[in-house]
Amino acid sequence: MSFETRITELQGEGKAAIAAATTSAALEDVRVRFLGRKAELPNMLRGVAELPPEQRGAVGKAANEARQALEAQLDARAGQLAVSELNARLQHDRVDVTLPADPLPAIGRLHLITQTRREIEDVFIGLGYQVAEGPEVESVYYNFDALNVSPTHPSRLMTDTFYVEPVSDIFDPETKLLRVHTSPMQVRAMELQKPPIYLIVPGRVYRPDSDATHTPQFHQIEGLAVDDGITLTDLKGTLLEFARAIFGPEREIRLRPHFFPFTEPSVEVDVSCFNCSGGLTAEGERCGICKGTGWLEILGSGMVDPNVLLHVKDNGYDPEVVQGFAFGMGIERIAMLKHGVSDLRLFYDNDVRFLEQFA
Amino acid sequence: MRVPIEWLRDYCEPHMDAHTLAQRLALTGTEVERVERHGVMAVENFVVGHVLERKKHPDADRLNVCMVDIGGSTPSQIVCGAPNVAAGQTVGVARPGAVMPDGTRLGEAKLRGIASQGMILSERELQISEDHVGIMVLDDGVAPGTPLQDVLQISTDVLVLEITPNRPDCLGIYGVAREVAAATGAQLKPAPWEHDVGSFGELEGIEITNEAGKALCPRFTARILDDVRIGPSPLWLKARLMAAGQRPISNVVDITNYVMLLTGQPMHAFDYHRVAGRRLNVRRARPDEPVETLDGQTRRLDEQILVIADADGPTSIAGVMGGARSEVVETTTTVVSEVATWNGPTVHRASLKLALRSEASGRNEKGLQPEQTLWAQAVATKLFIEICGASVRPGTTDVGGPGPEPLTIRLRDARVSGLLGVTIPRERSGQLLHSIGFGAADAADGLDVTVPDFRRADVTREADLIEEVSRLDGVENLPATLPASHAAVGRLTPTQRLRRRAEDALAAQGLHEIVGWSFTGPELGNKLLLDSDTSVTLANPMSSEQSQLRVTLLGSLLDVAARNRARGTDAIAIFESGAVYEAESISTGHLPEEPHHLGALLAGPVRAATWRDQRPPRADFFAAKGVLAGLLTTLGVEWDVLPGQPAPFLHPGRAAIVLVGGEEIGWLGEIHPSVAAHWDFDGTVASFEIDLSAIAPPEPARFKDLVSFPAVNEDLAIVVAESVTTSELLDVVRQSGAPLVQQAEVFDVYRDEQRLGAGKKSVAVRLSYRATDRTLTDDEVARQRQFIVNALSHEFEGTIRAGE
Repeated sequence: MSFETRITELQGEGKAAIAAATTSAALEDVRVRFLGRKAELPNMLRGVAELPPEQRGAVGKAANEARQALEAQLDARAGQLAVSELNARLQHDRVDVTLPADPLPAIGRLHLITQTRREIEDVFIGLGYQVAEGPEVESVYYNFDALNVSPTHPSRLMTDTFYVEPVSDIFDPETKLLRVHTSPMQVRAMELQKPPIYLIVPGRVYRPDSDATHTPQFHQIEGLAVDDGITLTDLKGTLLEFARAIFGPEREIRLRPHFFPFTEPSVEVDVSCFNCSGGLTAEGERCGICKGTGWLEILGSGMVDPNVLLHVKDNGYDPEVVQGFAFGMGIERIAMLKHGVSDLRLFYDNDVRFLEQFA
Repeated sequence: MRVPIEWLRDYCEPHMDAHTLAQRLALTGTEVERVERHGVMAVENFVVGHVLERKKHPDADRLNVCMVDIGGSTPSQIVCGAPNVAAGQTVGVARPGAVMPDGTRLGEAKLRGIASQGMILSERELQISEDHVGIMVLDDGVAPGTPLQDVLQISTDVLVLEITPNRPDCLGIYGVAREVAAATGAQLKPAPWEHDVGSFGELEGIEITNEAGKALCPRFTARILDDVRIGPSPLWLKARLMAAGQRPISNVVDITNYVMLLTGQPMHAFDYHRVAGRRLNVRRARPDEPVETLDGQTRRLDEQILVIADADGPTSIAGVMGGARSEVVETTTTVVSEVATWNGPTVHRASLKLALRSEASGRNEKGLQPEQTLWAQAVATKLFIEICGASVRPGTTDVGGPGPEPLTIRLRDARVSGLLGVTIPRERSGQLLHSIGFGAADAADGLDVTVPDFRRADVTREADLIEEVSRLDGVENLPATLPASHAAVGRLTPTQRLRRRAEDALAAQGLHEIVGWSFTGPELGNKLLLDSDTSVTLANPMSSEQSQLRVTLLGSLLDVAARNRARGTDAIAIFESGAVYEAESISTGHLPEEPHHLGALLAGPVRAATWRDQRPPRADFFAAKGVLAGLLTTLGVEWDVLPGQPAPFLHPGRAAIVLVGGEEIGWLGEIHPSVAAHWDFDGTVASFEIDLSAIAPPEPARFKDLVSFPAVNEDLAIVVAESVTTSELLDVVRQSGAPLVQQAEVFDVYRDEQRLGAGKKSVAVRLSYRATDRTLTDDEVARQRQFIVNALSHEFEGTIRAGE
C-alpha cells in the first residue's frame, strides 16, 4: 500500500472516529489515537526525511494536509460537545424558583417616639430653632415657680407630680421632682442665652397617671421664641407650618383661648382633621378620629407671660422690650394621631410586632 | 362646674341650643367638657293629673287603683304603689309613650291583672330629688292635662364646664351667665344680689372675732334669721340642685348650696341656739385638736388649719366643711348665716392635709374676693324669707370689710397690636371689656381699664387685659405670619448629631429601638445584684416597681426581651437610647447627673432560619461585640475592649470593659445565667451598655492616600501562650510594625497540643504593609517583618509557625 493510500485511509478512519465520539473524553481519546505522540500519522510526518527524495514532497504534503484536516475536525467537534455538555449540566442545575428567597438583611426600626421626635425637630430646625434638652429631675423652682404656677395650682400636688426624696416641703423651691413638662427649660435656656432665642426642647416628662390615655412617663416638645416684636399671629403662622409639615399641606389650624400659668394670652391649638371634612367622612359617617368636630387638639401655647420673663430680666429679657411665644406638645399624641395608634400604652409595651410597623 | 341651661336663662337668654352655645364658649375661653341632659329625655307625655278616685287593688295589698283626670274626655286608670296617693291630689303623670330619664319607654301595662294607663310620678323618677317613699304632690290650681314641663323643670340641658383655676368667678351660675352674654352678645340681666332685703350696721345677738387675722380671713360676715321653719325645699329648688349635681337635704341647707352654686361663694348656716356662748371666733386649730364634721367623722387638725370656734371649741373647719355640733336640724328656728373669705392656700393645704375635698373647699382654695360675701348674704336672706318663712334681724356683722380699691390699668393700643399682631380698635376693646364687667375710659394712647372686684386676683397687668380682649374678639380667625427674625439659626449640636448617628447605626444592624421606663424598683437592683441605695428615689411612687429611677438600661432591655419572647419572638435584637440617673449629687443639694446611655441586647438566633440555613448561630458575646464594633466604627472613634468584670450581672468569663479613647465607657458581655434566669432565659443573652455622653464627637477625618502605591499583604501564624490576649498581641504587632503595617487582623486561632505544645495557641494574623510615597520592596517588608518577629519573641516568647 502506498503511503498516499494509507494517509487517505487514516484520514477516513479519523473522521469516522471523531463523528462517533459523543463526549469530550472520548474525543480526547480519538485525538491521542490519531494525532498523539505514538500515532501513525505523526510518525509518518516525522519519517518523511527518510523517504526517497522523489516521494518526500507528495507524502509530506498529503500527511500534513491530513493532520490539519483532522485537527480542524477535532476542534469543531470539541466545540459542539462543549456546548451540549454545558447545556446538559445547566439542565441538571435546575432549581425550584418558587422556593423562598434568602431573608432580607435584618432591618431595625427607630421607635415611633424617636421617629416622631426627629420629624418634629427637623421641622423646627428648618424654621431656625435650636434643640436643647434639660434635666428630667428638676427643682420646684424651674418646674413651677419660675413658670408663674400659683402655689394653689393643683398640678403641684403629690397626686399630680412625682417628688424625689428627700422631700420636706413640696413648696420649697429647692425640692426635687420629676418634671411634669418640658417647660422648665424655658427659664433655664433664657438664663444661658440672651435674646433672641428660638429653641425647642424634646424630652421625657412624668405625671402619676396610668390608663389608656395616660402613662406615668411620656414625651413632650417645648417651643420657645423670644425676640423683638414676636406676635400671636407669628405663633399661629409657626404652628401652621408645623401642622402642615406633620399632618399634610392641606391642614388648617384654629386657636382657642385657654389658661396656662406661663403664657398670657394662652391658646389651645386644634388642627383640622385629616380624616374627614368638617367632621364627616367621605362616606358621610361621623368621623371617629375627631369625634365629628372636624378639629383635633394638638397642643397648648401662648405668649410668654411677663412674669416668666421677669425671672430672667437681667439677662436681657425685659418684658417691655422683648416678647415671645411658647408651646408644648405631646410626642405620643402627635404620633397617635398621625399613625392611628389606639392605645398610648403600646408605646411602652415595645412589642416587636408594634415596633417594626413604622418605617 | 355643672350649669343647667334652664337656670342660666334666668340671667342670660342666648337664643341658641346648648351645643351651639358650648361651641361659642369654647372659642372664647370657657372649656366645655360635654353637654348632658338632666331629667326626662323628652317632655312629651308628661302631664299634670288630678286623682279623682283611689281604690285598693283587689289582689295586691300594697297597690292602689286610681282614676286620674289627665285632661282627656275620660279619666285614665293608673295602678300606683305609693302609700301617700289620695283622691284630690294634683300629681305628675307619665302617659304611655313617655321616655323616662333612664331611657325606658313607658307602655300600657297590667299589674296583678289590672290595666294601668301610665304612671303617677315620684320625685326620684323625674330626677328632682332622691325621694321615692311616695308620689310627688303638686300645688293645686293647675288644670289637668297641662304639660308637666310648664309647672316644673323636668328636663334641661346641662353644660359641664371645665373652669380654669384663674377664673373662680365662673364657679357660679351668674359668673357663667356673664361669660355667655359676652360670648354671644346676649343681654346680661341684673345680678340676683342687686336688691338686698337685709340691712347693714350692728347685728345684735352674736359676737364675732377674728383672732387669725385679716391675711388668713380677709372678711367674715354674719346675719341672723329668726322664725325659720325647717322642711323640704320647693320642687323647683330641688330640681335645680339635682341638675347642678347637689343632693337636696332640707330647705336651709339647700339654700346655702343654691347660693353657692349661683354666686360662686360658699356659705354656712349655723343653728343659732347650738352656737355655744353665742360667739364665733376665727382662729388657728390647736395641734391635734379634734372636730366632728357634718359627714359624722372626727378629724384631727393642726396649727396650719383654721377653725371657726364657739365657746365650746371648733364648730367648723374654715372654708372646708361645717361641724356636726352646730348644724341645722329639724327643730332649728334661728339660723346664723355665715359667709366669709378665706386665704386660698390655707384652705388648699387644710383640704389636702385632711384629704377632705368639698364643693366649698374647691371654691375657697382658689381665693375668692371679699365683695362676694355680700352677694351670698343678699341672695340667702331673700331665700330664707321666701322659702323658710324667716324674718331677718337688722344689721350685718362684717369683720374685715371689702377688698382694696379697684385697680386701673392702662391698655395701650400699640401694645395690643404689638402683642397680638392684629389691630383691635380701641372702641371695640372697650365694648368687649364692658361686656365682662370692666370699666374703660379713653386715655391718650389707649384705655384706662378698671378691673371689677371679682377679677381682682386674675387681672393685674396689661397683658391680662390683652388676653381678655383677644379671647372675646376671637382668636380663631387670626392671620398666620412668621417671625421676621434675622437671628434664627437652626441646627443640631455635634452631640445631638452623634446620638442620631449612633441610633441609626444600631437600627441599621437590625436592632429595634425600644423606649423603656425611667422608673425601676429595688427588686431590679436585687436581681441584677446592684446596690440600689444609690438610686434616685421617689417620695410618691405609683408602685414599688416604679419607686426609683434607673441606673442602667439593662432592666428595660431584659423586661422587653422577656415579654417579646413570652409572646413567641425567638430572635431578640433590641436597643435603647436614654438617660440613667445618678443620685450621688442629691445629698449635696444638686440635681442628679443624667448621662445618656446606649444599651443593646441580643438573644436567640442572630438571623432567621431558612430552608437552606436551618440552624443559624445563636447570639453570644461575639455577636454583641460585632454590634458594638459596628456602632463605634460608625461613630469613627478609637475603641477597644479589656478583659475584666465590669458588672456583677455578667458571665465572669465572657465580660469585657469597653474603652473609647482609652477611657472606660461601658461594659460588654453575656448576662450571668443565674441573672438571666430571673427573666426566664435559659440560653445565652448578650448585651452591652455604653455612656454615650462620655464619647466626644470625633474631629474631622484626615485624608490618607491608600491608592497611589500598592500594599503588600501577608499572613503570619504566631504561636503564643493561651494567656496572651488577641488585643495584647495585636498591640505589639502594630507597634513593632509601624510605620509600614497599616492593618493587622486576626483570621484564625488554632490549638494542637502535639504540634504546638500544651497551653499554646497559634494566632493567624493578616498583615497589610504600605507606604504612602513609594512601592515597597521585598527587602523593606522583610526588615519590618523581622522587627515584628523580634518584638513578639521578646514580649511573649512568641514564635512564627512556618510553611502553613
